[in-house]
Amino acid sequence: MSNAKKFMYINRHAPCGTVYAVEGLEVVLIGAAFEQDVCMAFVGDGVFQLKQDQDTADTGMKNFSPAYRALGDYEVNRLYVERESLEERGLTEDDLMPLTWEDEDDDWAEKPSIHIVDRAQLSDLIEEQDILLNF
Amino acid sequence: MLHTVNKSPFESSSLKTCLSLARSGSDVLLIEDGVYGALAGSAHASLVAEALEAVRVYALEPDLKARGLSGDRLIPGIEVVGYDGFVDLACTNDKIQNWL
Amino acid sequence: MKFSVMVNEGPYTHQASDSAYQFIRAALSAGHEIFRVFFYHDGVNNGTRLTTPPQDDRHIVNRWSELASEHDLDLVVCVAAAQRRGIVDPDEAKRNSKDGDNIAPGFRISGLGQLIEAGIESDRLLVFGD
Repeated sequence: MSNAKKFMYINRHAPCGTVYAVEGLEVVLIGAAFEQDVCMAFVGDGVFQLKQDQDTADTGMKNFSPAYRALGDYEVNRLYVERESLEERGLTEDDLMPLTWEDEDDDWAEKPSIHIVDRAQLSDLIEEQDILLNF
Repeated sequence: MLHTVNKSPFESSSLKTCLSLARSGSDVLLIEDGVYGALAGSAHASLVAEALEAVRVYALEPDLKARGLSGDRLIPGIEVVGYDGFVDLACTNDKIQNWL
Repeated sequence: MKFSVMVNEGPYTHQASDSAYQFIRAALSAGHEIFRVFFYHDGVNNGTRLTTPPQDDRHIVNRWSELASEHDLDLVVCVAAAQRRGIVDPDEAKRNSKDGDNIAPGFRISGLGQLIEAGIESDRLLVFGD
């Protein structure tokens, strides 16, 4: 994968009020087939995308939050969540869906996909990318 | 790295988020309603003035003109560029982050 | 330099279509190449030929079509986003038993893979949206 590009999908929109989060997730899932180096970042209201217990039944809208659980199967297993964005919103890691992936190089051990990073770490991660797409 | 911001700082946190995550030495280009972030004397001017110590800030001239903002209303240090300047910034920076 | 551009908002609602168009024109006149323009979210509405703005306003859709024919641009509308929003080409119209199509000249409908490919193949990818 030496010629693979580094793609980061930066999610800054809350999940239900607009279509950006769900259509963004579609891009990530389709993009996973291209064997690039993929990660996701959740900043600002984007952290609400990973909130547990989303139930859209009474809104009449489709609940797409279970699709985040599929990311691990698509080898999208680095989801960086900005610590400051969580704190500003009164959330902790325990409020987020427990997303995991299975590491085939480590006897299929189940590992967490969500990594809480602070603003300075996220800034470094952004700088390492080739392609940045915002949803 | 080139960052673009297209939202007014009065309605969105895009500019604040951009400036808090842009590394020193980055270029930040204000376009569309983002150009309101270039206004001197506004509630957000000190945020931008402070950022100018670490990053270069540009504002897109056609978007300033369309909104009735002339160069003398801008925070000192902000550079005004046209679409040709936008293209140049997209070339000289090896990656681009559009804060949407 | 090889650019690709993504347009994520509909014409006449958001400035994104105008900004993308002006950027592309400036890039072309500076001698750069546009590998692809990809329309996503409500941006797919840039690709309907049924658009009829008043005569004293710019015709955003025709403007894309004309630029595409002048510079051989690849204007791609995302199929999934287009189907949700009623943008169809003759093939899609037939497949989904619709009574007509509305894709504008110079546009084609294709999958999200075209966006990822644009990111891989281009030197720079710019996104215009909300």
